[in-house]
Amino acid sequence: MKRFIGFITKEFYHIFRDKRSLFILFGMPIAQILLFGFAITNEINNVDIAILDKSKDATTQEIINKIAASKYFSVKQLIENESAIESIFKKGKVKAVLVFENNFSKKLTKENTATIQIITDATDPNTANTISNYTSSIVQNYQQAINKNIKIAYQIVPETRMVYNPELKSVFMFVPGVMTIILMLVSAMMTSISITREKELGTMEILLVSPLKPFQVIIGKVVPYIFLAVINAIVIVLLSIFIFKMPVQGSLFLLAMESILFIITSLSLGILISTIAATQQTAMMISLMGLMLPVILLSGFIFPIASMPAPLQVISHIIPAKWFIIIIKGIMLKGVGIAFIWKETLILVAMTLFFMVLSVKKYKIRLE
Amino acid sequence: MKNDNVIQVKNLTKKFGDFTAVDSISFEVKKGEIFGFLGANGAGKTTAMKMLIGISKPTSGSAQIADFDVYTHTEDIKKNIGYMSQKFALYDDLTVRENSTFFGGIYGLSRAQIKEKTMQLIEELNLQAVANELVGSLPLGWKQKIAFSVALLHNPKIIFLDEPTGGVDPITRRQFWEMIYKTANNGTTIFVTTHYMDEAEYCDRVSIMVNGKIEALDTPKKLKEQFKATDMNEVFLKLARG
Repeated sequence: MKRFIGFITKEFYHIFRDKRSLFILFGMPIAQILLFGFAITNEINNVDIAILDKSKDATTQEIINKIAASKYFSVKQLIENESAIESIFKKGKVKAVLVFENNFSKKLTKENTATIQIITDATDPNTANTISNYTSSIVQNYQQAINKNIKIAYQIVPETRMVYNPELKSVFMFVPGVMTIILMLVSAMMTSISITREKELGTMEILLVSPLKPFQVIIGKVVPYIFLAVINAIVIVLLSIFIFKMPVQGSLFLLAMESILFIITSLSLGILISTIAATQQTAMMISLMGLMLPVILLSGFIFPIASMPAPLQVISHIIPAKWFIIIIKGIMLKGVGIAFIWKETLILVAMTLFFMVLSVKKYKIRLE
Repeated sequence: MKNDNVIQVKNLTKKFGDFTAVDSISFEVKKGEIFGFLGANGAGKTTAMKMLIGISKPTSGSAQIADFDVYTHTEDIKKNIGYMSQKFALYDDLTVRENSTFFGGIYGLSRAQIKEKTMQLIEELNLQAVANELVGSLPLGWKQKIAFSVALLHNPKIIFLDEPTGGVDPITRRQFWEMIYKTANNGTTIFVTTHYMDEAEYCDRVSIMVNGKIEALDTPKKLKEQFKATDMNEVFLKLARG
């Protein structure tokens, strides 16, 4: 045990004396979570729009006021004719133009129908889509408000409710993803680098010649990173609760246990990488290309798995991060207990065992 | 019957597939002896040494290190030997004191022992001024001397030195050999590989490996007589060229 503590102390010296690993360990998680939380978002805020109001009556004015009053849009320009629309889009600032037809109010009261044309700049399809949805819903609200007193015989009003994330905050989607990436990065990449470093420097040989058993060496190298990864997980959860007001609906204990499980999965991957890679550089490349990219692209973090082509969906099954994201989304947003995520948990456990057995095998071959 | 051979090797062989890296070598090393293990690069020195220090399993043959068998008692062997190689100096990002504490620790020394041994090491090598400096900032010669002392912290019966003086200046090499002599006088057996032939002259006995086999084994003096050579370099060249 005393040997073990000595080993871990030495490992912490390595970590704390290397500015690069310190940055990856502590700078990166905070930077990423803030970046994803504040800067990278699917929501729209204060989008510049222009308005072409051909009728200029009380109703159009009211609708324009409503739109301008919402926090989503700011009316930048009022234009007078259709020919101006094109040039306005080309300047790039304005993302949408609303066109009210002639005699809007009159048509609405006489013919019971009037048209608003929403023209959006679809060079960014996501934003265009969101703008048109938001605008329509503002107009619809207005319509319902003026129709309140009139009884219409039959009317179907779809009432949508977005459960688990009613405000559709994108940070709710990013937090589980970022947490997954960080834990993976700290656990898999940092351990594989730190083990291959000993190989590169030749100190691994010295450690193997010492009375320490190979598995003691590996555990000694890995334990500090478990500790650091747990701290990172705590920091991320605290940031998301206090800065982004993201609720943790489920049990914090379960969240902690599942996170530790995933940390161990990643560590076993890191150990596996270190048995394959001979140099720190290779270890880093394998970790980045082999782990980070799939986590970002195929885990369902950003792109929904259900809409991927079938072969990619199959591949996504073997990515541990996919299962962990399902688990933490379940716990944090839906508040589910182990009864709903035991399958995913079991898959992670199985993967961990598989990676460990494989690394032990590889390690033995190397020693022969 | 207890003999004073601390290393006993008989027909030790290591094969990698069809390639025989070490071909049935046999030799003994006595307690307190300085045994030079010579050979050109690729002759099988390192492979042989790896089997002796218990990190590589022999294909066949037998070997006892400090009375422990290399097949069954590698853990006991590891406790009783020290090891230092040219490639490894120490952890560059740890101080002299931290390195000493760490290696003392993994060999199971008590806290008090570690403290005492570290003090002793610092005094003997006159390192008071740099004891708390990172090893990375010290010159190579110093590092090698510190590494040697660290490898001796747990009082091993045998110390294996794998080209310990590679890349070190002549003066430091002299000082290094003085340390080796002193250690051998205290009863520790020295097993050293080198490719400096002048260093081979310092050894009590020398073995020369060629293509996985030990082609010559005797004191430097007798080897020179046998091969009618003026120095070990000539002996080595005559052997290696066949």
